[in-house]
Amino acid sequence: MRLIGKQLASKLLWVLGQVLLLPTLLMTSVQAFGASDAVVDEAQRWGLNMTEGVTAVSHEIYDLHMLIFWICVWIGVVVFGIMFYSMIMHRKSSGAVPAKFHESTAVELAWTLIPALILVMMAIPATSSLIKIYDSSEAEINIKIVGYQWKWQYEYLGEDVSFFSNLTTPQDEIYGLAPKGEHYLLEVDEPLVIPVNKKVRFLITANDVLHAWWVPALAVKRDAIPGFVNDAWTIVDEPGIYRGQCAELCGKAHGFMPIVVHAMEEADYANWLAGKKEEAEELKAAMSQTFTMDELYARGEKVYQANCVACHGANGGGGLGPSLVGTGITTGPINAHINVMVNGVAGNAVMPVFGNQLNNIDLASVITFKRNAWGNNMGDQLQPVDILTFKKNQ
Amino acid sequence: MGDHGPAKGFGRWLFTTNHKDIGSMYLWFSFAMFLMGGVFALVIRAELFQPGLQLVEPEFFNQMTTMHGLVMVFGAVMPAFVGLANWMIPMMVGAPDMALPRMNNWSFWILPFAFTLLASTLLMEGGGPNFGWTFYAPLSTTYAPPSVTYFIFAVHIMGASSIMGSINIIATILNMRAPGMTLMKMPLFVWTWLITAYLLIAVMPVLAGCVTMMLMDIHFGTSFFSAAGGGDPVLFQHVFWFFGHPEVYIMILPAFGIVSAIIPTFARKPLFGYASMVYATASIAFLSFIVWAHHMFTVGMPIAGELFFMYATMLIAVPTGVKVFNWVSTMFRGSMTFETPMLFAIAFVILFTIGGFSGLMLSIAPADFQYHDTYFVVAHFHYVLVPGAVFSIFAAVYYWLPKWCGNMYDERLGKAHFWLSFVGLNLTFFPMHFVGLAGMPRRIPDYALQFADFNQIASMGAFLFGFSQVFFLFIVIKTIRGGEKATDAVWDNPEGLEWTVASPAPYHTFTTPPPVK
Ligand code: HEC
Ligand SMILES: [Cu+2]
Repeated sequence: MRLIGKQLASKLLWVLGQVLLLPTLLMTSVQAFGASDAVVDEAQRWGLNMTEGVTAVSHEIYDLHMLIFWICVWIGVVVFGIMFYSMIMHRKSSGAVPAKFHESTAVELAWTLIPALILVMMAIPATSSLIKIYDSSEAEINIKIVGYQWKWQYEYLGEDVSFFSNLTTPQDEIYGLAPKGEHYLLEVDEPLVIPVNKKVRFLITANDVLHAWWVPALAVKRDAIPGFVNDAWTIVDEPGIYRGQCAELCGKAHGFMPIVVHAMEEADYANWLAGKKEEAEELKAAMSQTFTMDELYARGEKVYQANCVACHGANGGGGLGPSLVGTGITTGPINAHINVMVNGVAGNAVMPVFGNQLNNIDLASVITFKRNAWGNNMGDQLQPVDILTFKKNQ
Repeated sequence: MGDHGPAKGFGRWLFTTNHKDIGSMYLWFSFAMFLMGGVFALVIRAELFQPGLQLVEPEFFNQMTTMHGLVMVFGAVMPAFVGLANWMIPMMVGAPDMALPRMNNWSFWILPFAFTLLASTLLMEGGGPNFGWTFYAPLSTTYAPPSVTYFIFAVHIMGASSIMGSINIIATILNMRAPGMTLMKMPLFVWTWLITAYLLIAVMPVLAGCVTMMLMDIHFGTSFFSAAGGGDPVLFQHVFWFFGHPEVYIMILPAFGIVSAIIPTFARKPLFGYASMVYATASIAFLSFIVWAHHMFTVGMPIAGELFFMYATMLIAVPTGVKVFNWVSTMFRGSMTFETPMLFAIAFVILFTIGGFSGLMLSIAPADFQYHDTYFVVAHFHYVLVPGAVFSIFAAVYYWLPKWCGNMYDERLGKAHFWLSFVGLNLTFFPMHFVGLAGMPRRIPDYALQFADFNQIASMGAFLFGFSQVFFLFIVIKTIRGGEKATDAVWDNPEGLEWTVASPAPYHTFTTPPPVK
């Protein structure tokens, strides 16, 4: 028995030596002949690997990923090497006579302990990365991110700036009626804007179901959970536009709620922020203004496109939500209509509560739009103050 | 009792308490579900053939991903293993039948009802379950279509069936072994099933609890999973994965047993490290209870929890590695031939190991922040489930079919089936690693343009794989209807009591216990 164990061990060692040489040869020859730029470009186009990203953390994660990957490759080469060796050499058709050995405590011990050691080698860098990722202290900018079915809301804490970010890819592109643009499904009306080289902390939560906020280039992925606030952070090194998607199934339009992050130089960011604040001021002023029917209709159409199409259809014909053409609340008393828009539908979680998602101008416009679009022709209209009065009186 | 054959007509199947009849019914049922789940998968792959929405709406797409997962896990893979257990365990331990034959009949016959109920939800108003096979709350509670109640009831029935099946298997193994068949002489298929049955009994009630809490939230005003009412959506995930993680081992441990039977036969050499195989199986089963939260690395656990679940998960690589090394050593210096069961078994070892590698990568929590909920995960679990669980079932069918029906299958056709499946499956699932790493989330009906090429390849592979399984059906039916007569041993000196009885195995075997060496 002992003899067999030894024989096996030495044989194993020999095979091991053979197969270990192979990939080294392969790799050096690839390097020697040089992967041409064209090959690299082609690989890039197909997207073979994880992005290295643009933050220190994303680089670290990429390195960790490659480390584990290569360890797995090597183990695979050894194990499959031995396997193929015996499948070729030890065939009955080439007259192989089966050996009789069926156990060896020494070998068993070795292949329990060596993998355990390799695991420890992997666990050390993994642990240190994780500790870094979990340290969200000393952030300079705090942004609250709220997942909604199916859009993201960004709120710059302490800055009085808050907005929604919706998919802008037109339905025609999705349904193949128009050619698809370069950033098909990865484009939004308002991206999240952050400065480079500053620690930005994200406070992530959700309003309805679970979502997950994920931008590969930042290596940030955190679940957005109603009732909980998760945090994550990033420091982006290079200005640029980085795209991601919701990563947790959140219903029908889960595939249609992308994330776009625009990282800018600090000065540009300051400008942008100032502009945003001004916009907010203007909006406040506009709340007491009176709009014409055409203004309301045009604005309402935009609001409808961004917030309602997913459920009520491009022409109000319905889908997940009921038809809005010529029936029900849309062509009923206007107060009931405001009520549905501000408070949602009691007992139905699918129709969102828009009272705190849309501002009074948008609410007034979208209601006006619906009541006059698609042949509804109700002829009535609402002003932002009407919404304000409604909210006050309830 | 005496020696009597099966009853005539449909009554034979409805009232049977014979382990072989029930095993056959499980296997046929499982194959029917495999085809149904496969059709759902092909709907998914057809829609994903190109970017844009062509064939189905997102709403229906989500129902397809959900039903595909549920049907494959609970309808195809699990019943197939129970069917194999029914057929083989009594014959392997030298018992005349299962310990609880009437319950055996019952645990099979409630399954068709469960799946009819589940499938019928697709025709209901609001559509079928559309929240993924993991049915995370609150998407599956507050936001679910009304059919969710039927889904819950169906899951309860499946759970009851599994629990009854497991009790039966444990009782058979512990009480009905022939004299001399000590625990450490049992074939590994029996061992792995014994451990699997314990896992099932431990976790199916947890799943039942989970869906019952959903039911309460939906209909009786509780708020287990609703933050608005003081509940916790993350609790759902903990409960689900406390069931779900052992569940994935439930689907792979019996496969380990099958492969451990087939490789020695065709390497003509005893299994290397039998005892360590048993211990490794037990360790994997134990670890499977303390790694559940690796499915939840991004929910925002405290770092201590994150580290614990990362380390525990990495540890699973050790006993799993031991198994792979043992199989390779069994082949080493053997005298190998490559009949169809062996081809499937070898592909199992290689491709399951690849699935194991991606599993190891996923266990690294920081890297998982990039992998989680992408196609990389889809690639990973399909590599352990398709060339893992499903290939082992194919291997088992080719290996034992001659014993079941007395005819040899056509080796040329069997090999063709193997190669078609092998190519199809790799074309389907290998590219998913790439699109996943490049950033494609799972469960989306439409995708950005850079993922188009690989998705196209995957869809073509899926259709190849799908149609190869119709070919498999043809091969099996052809074999049952005729062909070269199998000898009692079938193979070249295989080990195990099942090869000592006639081929086809008589309706009743081992009415007197066989001698065990
Ligand atoms: C997530 C899907 C969804 C979105 C997005 C959505 N709705 Fe709805 N909506 C519904 C559902 C479902 C109902 C039916 C609720 C019920 O009656 O139980 C509904 C009902 C309504 C009704 C009442 C219809 C009636 O006659 O009873 C109106 C009006 C309405 N929605 C307007 C809107 C507007 C305007 C928007 C965009 C600002 C919008 N909805 C966005 C799902 C949605
Ligand atoms: Cu989402």
